[in-house]
Amino acid sequence: MSDYQYDNQTVKKFIISSIFWGVVGLLAGIWISIQLWKPELNFPPLFTYGRLRSIHVNVLAFGLVLGALMGLFYYVTMRLTKRPLVFSGLARFTLYLFNFAIALGCVTLLQGYTKSLAYNEFEWPVNLLIVILWVLFAIVILGTIIKRKEEQMYISLWYFIATIVTIAIIYIVNNLVIPVGLFKSYSIFAGVNGANVEWWYGHNAVGSELTMAVLGIFYYFLPKSTGLPIFSHRLSIIAFWSLVFAYLWTGAHHLVYTPVPDWIQTLAIAFTIFLIAPSWGSVVNGFYTVGEDWSKIRTNYLTKFFILGITFYGLQTVQGPTQGLRVVSQLIHYTDWVVGHVHMGAMGWDALVITAAIYYVIPKIYNTEIYSERVANTHFWLVLIGQLIYSITMWIAGIQQGALQKLVNPDGTLKYTMGEIIARNYPYWKLRTLGGVIFVVGMLFFIYNVFMTIRKGNALAASKA
Amino acid sequence: MAKNIYSKPVIFTILATLAVLSGSIVVTFVPMLTAQMHPKLEGLKPYTALQLAGRDIYQREGCSFCHTQTVRPLKTEVLRYGEYSKAGEFAYDQPFLWGTKRTGPDLARIGGKYPDEWHKEHFENPRAFFAESDMPAYGWLKAYRLDPSTVEAHMKGLGFPYTPDEIAVLKDKTELEALVAYVQVIGTAVSQKAAAITTAPIKVSEHVPNPLAGNPKAISMGEGLFKKHCEVCHGKEGVGGIGPSLKSKGFLYVQADVPDDDYFEVINNGTHQGGAEDGRTEKGGMPNFSGTLSKDEIWALVSYIRSLQGTTGG
Repeated sequence: MSDYQYDNQTVKKFIISSIFWGVVGLLAGIWISIQLWKPELNFPPLFTYGRLRSIHVNVLAFGLVLGALMGLFYYVTMRLTKRPLVFSGLARFTLYLFNFAIALGCVTLLQGYTKSLAYNEFEWPVNLLIVILWVLFAIVILGTIIKRKEEQMYISLWYFIATIVTIAIIYIVNNLVIPVGLFKSYSIFAGVNGANVEWWYGHNAVGSELTMAVLGIFYYFLPKSTGLPIFSHRLSIIAFWSLVFAYLWTGAHHLVYTPVPDWIQTLAIAFTIFLIAPSWGSVVNGFYTVGEDWSKIRTNYLTKFFILGITFYGLQTVQGPTQGLRVVSQLIHYTDWVVGHVHMGAMGWDALVITAAIYYVIPKIYNTEIYSERVANTHFWLVLIGQLIYSITMWIAGIQQGALQKLVNPDGTLKYTMGEIIARNYPYWKLRTLGGVIFVVGMLFFIYNVFMTIRKGNALAASKA
Repeated sequence: MAKNIYSKPVIFTILATLAVLSGSIVVTFVPMLTAQMHPKLEGLKPYTALQLAGRDIYQREGCSFCHTQTVRPLKTEVLRYGEYSKAGEFAYDQPFLWGTKRTGPDLARIGGKYPDEWHKEHFENPRAFFAESDMPAYGWLKAYRLDPSTVEAHMKGLGFPYTPDEIAVLKDKTELEALVAYVQVIGTAVSQKAAAITTAPIKVSEHVPNPLAGNPKAISMGEGLFKKHCEVCHGKEGVGGIGPSLKSKGFLYVQADVPDDDYFEVINNGTHQGGAEDGRTEKGGMPNFSGTLSKDEIWALVSYIRSLQGTTGG
């Protein structure tokens, strides 16, 4: 066990760092959600919606989720290879580099330094740091896998490898820029080509970081916490390869009805529909795994996180492809519906699975039990209710926005002006804030539980010493 | 094989990379090398130094989080915003700023729709123009001046042509002026007038008299519409403001009356820089209401305007 102690500390520090960035990103989220119905809460130049929204998205995607995933990747890789990390010092260095990069990104975004590319707003010096970070991270993970002491690579490791490769490719390509200042650059890609590159990146950033990586986490922690083996190994193989193959074709479903060539849009839509199959391969695998003993959902507090998580993943991966269809895209594209969609994935699937994995890892590192299952249950119900209020409100608002924009009078003129449509958004925007606040309160219960567990672990270690 | 690769991490990684690359190559890398991804409209010009500075501010303030810049080829969208977006319009857009969400309206056809003054006042106080708006105010931008050397470096980076004079004058320009200059050029490479006229659901042939002329009910309906849509620019009871006064019988900057159907045309189609109505040159800046107002509503507005002028028109 002592061999792992140093690496375990790296894991723990990644988790704590990610929680810190999570708080920053979530508070920014609450703030911008209020700004939408209370514009007086914009305080220029730094604290306007346009600046804070970048912070919300990037600090959560790269600070909270990526930080937690790096820690969890290290943890799981050690267990699945039955050895400590190959370059422990390097792994610890990635922790510092990670925090430095996110801090720099956060401060520069607030100052308005942005590339204006969705999910990739950080400016070029931050991109450079993240590329270095990712290469070092890849060296540690792949090196540890190559030097493993367990013959077979378990499913999670497949997803880890795919995540590392995918993020490396898309992140480097979409960050090819002409630097024109210390924190200012222009993409080398223009117009329709730029749009095509951006959404190939954007969709697959979600596809790798928020899907493949989280699936890797899911496949490890679900059997670990329930004690039930994965239902079908063969299904995992089919689902993995078809997912990894199909994902990268689908980016242009974000560009339906734009001037991007039609054939690229159509191909993307077709592959998007195909993606339901591998996505549901994992959903079925998850359900049937717990299906071997449903009583686990009562007796083991973590099971419901994973089952609800994979349920939202399942819903997400049906809703997503549906949205890609031209006839649906017409109605809901550019509306709040899509915001609801993204947040079901992030708050439903990713947040549930990642927090559950952290609940599993922290006590293991300290060789103790979770501080309070009751607090964890409260956390569960609050984030679930918060997320449902959020997503459902946004779906309704989105359909309303889309429909009102399309309504015409008998003489062919438009029935509603944009102002009249905006006026009808306010009740939904306020409800969304309520959902968000409930979710964040749930996350505060989670954070409290994690820190109390660490405190308990430290006290235990001190008493043994 | 199937069993083997899961114990051979290097081969596994290579296979995973190939799987990931397959789609990437077909839908992203190969098209990039073909002409279809690099279209350019004839007559499309690179941004001027002032416009680029404005675009930088548009990026910095995250305008594209709430405003898209693509009109989809859908009936109601073309009606609301104007001609649908063409692939060749964006050749100088690095990065593209199409956006993903319309919390506010699309801006692909905003250029020339309103006068500069409209934008300045709207940035200052969006809710004075649209009571329902939740847009943050950006009047504070006028307190900041441009830095010519920064803008020059940006122009160089993009390889856009500029003259030293063009850079030198920037030091007296505010960020607000730059932003307005950018907003006013968006989408102007595509002719708006022709599009506005062809897509207008309502058309009136030349020299049709106003069927609602002098109708008291129409005048009061017109008054309501005027307060909602026109007053913000043309002032209370048409005394003028951002837009010209409607009380005199001058029309398109010429002091001589025109028939009612010319008023109809201008309300319906808007004015466009370089356009002409009844032989008079348009400066642009009057938005079209063809998508929003019905035929009767437009005639009612004309009746109301005529009542302000103290006539029933003709």
